[in-house]
Amino acid sequence: MKDYLKQIKLPIFSLRAVRVWQRNMKSYRRYYKANLLGALGEPVMYLFGMGVGIGGYLHTIEGVSYMQFIAPGLLMTTAMYSATFECTFGSYTRMAEQKTYDGILATPLDITDIVVGEVLWGATKSLISGSIMLVIIILAGLMRGSITMVPPALLLIFLVGILFSSMAMIVTALSPSYDFFSYYFTLILAPMFFFSGIFFPLAKFPGIIRLFSLLLPLTHAVNISRAFVMGNISYAVLASIPLLILGAFIMMTIAINLVRKRVIQ
Amino acid sequence: MVGTNLTKRYTDTLAVDGINFSISQNECYGFLGPNGAGKTSTMKMIHCLSPVTSGTLLVAGMDVMTEARRVKSIMGVVPQEQNLDPDLTVIENLIVYARYFNIPLREARKRGEEYLDFFQLANKSNSKIRELSGGMKQRLLIARGLINKPDILILDEPTTGLDPQARHMIWQKIRHLKKEGITIVLTTHYMEEASQLCDRVAIMDRGKILVEGDPAKLVEERVGKDVFQVWCEGGEKEELTRDMKSFDFSYEQVGDIIYIFSKNGDEELKNLIAGKYIKFLHRPAALEDLFLKLTGRRLRD
Repeated sequence: MKDYLKQIKLPIFSLRAVRVWQRNMKSYRRYYKANLLGALGEPVMYLFGMGVGIGGYLHTIEGVSYMQFIAPGLLMTTAMYSATFECTFGSYTRMAEQKTYDGILATPLDITDIVVGEVLWGATKSLISGSIMLVIIILAGLMRGSITMVPPALLLIFLVGILFSSMAMIVTALSPSYDFFSYYFTLILAPMFFFSGIFFPLAKFPGIIRLFSLLLPLTHAVNISRAFVMGNISYAVLASIPLLILGAFIMMTIAINLVRKRVIQ
Repeated sequence: MVGTNLTKRYTDTLAVDGINFSISQNECYGFLGPNGAGKTSTMKMIHCLSPVTSGTLLVAGMDVMTEARRVKSIMGVVPQEQNLDPDLTVIENLIVYARYFNIPLREARKRGEEYLDFFQLANKSNSKIRELSGGMKQRLLIARGLINKPDILILDEPTTGLDPQARHMIWQKIRHLKKEGITIVLTTHYMEEASQLCDRVAIMDRGKILVEGDPAKLVEERVGKDVFQVWCEGGEKEELTRDMKSFDFSYEQVGDIIYIFSKNGDEELKNLIAGKYIKFLHRPAALEDLFLKLTGRRLRD
C-alpha cells in the first residue's frame, strides 16, 4: 500500500506543460471559427430560446426574469462543455489516433507535463468561449452585479475548465474508443445539466434529489456564478470555491495516473 | 550505453529476456531480429518510453529509470510508428518539437530550416503532413529526431516501406550523421541496411541476443565466404545433397533451392556445380544467410 502511494504522481505545473499548451494553441489557430460556433451556438440558443419562450409565460422566478435566471448557469455549462469536448474528443485523438503523446514522450516531457498541459489547454478553451458568453450576457443586460465581478467570473470559468478538463481526461484514459464518450455525456453530464439548478430551482424536489444535486460540481459552480452575475455574494456561496479547487486537484491527480497507466507499458 | 541483464515483461509476455550489450560512443549499432524478437521493446527502454522490468540500462552513465529527463534530452528518437503531428505544418512540426526541448524560438526556426534543407524538404515547409509521401514523412521524422542536436540517435526501422531511392538517400544521410560523431542505435529488417551502416550488430530472437559483432566478420565465421544457390529440377535435388554429404559442405534445402555454404571460395565445388547444373548463383555470403541460419525460416506472425 505504501509503495503504491509512492507511485502516485501529483500535478506539477511547469514550463514543460506550457509547451504542450503552446502546441495546442498553434493548431487551434487553424480551426477556431468552427470551434467557437460549436461551443457558443448551444448556450446562446438556450439563453434566448428558453429565455423568451418560457420566460414569456413566467412573470419572475426567484425575483428575476427567466432569462436572467438561466444566464449564470449557461455561462458555466459553456465552460463545462468547451473543456469536456477538448479533453475527450481532442485529447483522445491526440493520444490514441495521432500518437502525439508518444512523440512528446521522446522529449524531456513526461506524462504529468502532458496531462497538465492538456488540462490547461481545456481550461483555456473554457475561458475563450466563456468570456464571449459573458460578454453576450452583459450586452443583453443580464448582468446585475457590478463590472468588478467580471474578473472573478473569469477566474471561476477557468477553474470550472480545469475541473471538467481533468474529469474528461479521466474518461479519455479509460475509453476504448470514441463511442465510449456517449456514456459520459449521457450518464454524467446530462443529469448534471438538468439538476444543477440552471433551469429551475431545486427547492420543490424531494430531499434526495437536492442532496444528489449538492454532490454535483456543476451545482456549486452555478451557485457561485449566480452570485457573481446577480451581485449578491454570501459566505455560504463562497464556501463552494475551495470545494471546486479540491475537486479539480483530485480529478487532475487521477487523470495523470490513469493516462500514465494507459500510455506507458 | 550499457544494458545489463536487461529484461522487459508485459503482463503476459516476456519481450526481452535478460540481454547484455554495450554500445560505445560514435558507434553505429544494430538490433536485428524477426518480428517479436524484442528489438522495439529494447529500443523503447533505451529512449525511456517503456520502464525496465529488471536489470539496468545506463545511457551516458545515467540510469534510464531515474534520470529519464536527462537521458531524453541528449537523445533523438525516430519511432517505428510514424507520429508526426498532423495538426501542424512541416516546419511547425520541427519548431514545436524543438520547443519541447526548451530550444529558444529563433534557434528552433533556424534549425528547422537547416534540417529541412539537409533532408531536401525545404519546398514542403508549409505543407500539411498528409500531403507528404511516405519517404518525405520518414525524412521529416528523422529531421525531428535531430532537432535537439542529440549525442545518440535511435532509429527504429528507419526505412521500412520506402522505395529504393528514398532508402538510399536516408542511408547516405545516416552515414553523414555518423561522420559528425553521433552514436546511432538502429533496428531493421533489411540486412543490406545493417551491413551498410552498422559497425556491430546483435541478432535477437525470442528476447535474447543470439550473436553480436562486426557483421562481415560474423558472416565469415558463421556462414562462410561464398554461397552457391542452386535451383533444382526432378532428381537433381537428391543427387546434389548426396554429393554435398560426401564433400562435407554444409548446405540447406528450401523448397526447390539448395544453398551450399563454402568457407573459402572452393574451385572444386564451383566446377562441380557449374558442370552439372544450369540454374545456379554463386555469390558472396551475406548477413541475411546468417540471419536465417540463426533464426530459422518459419514465419513469425
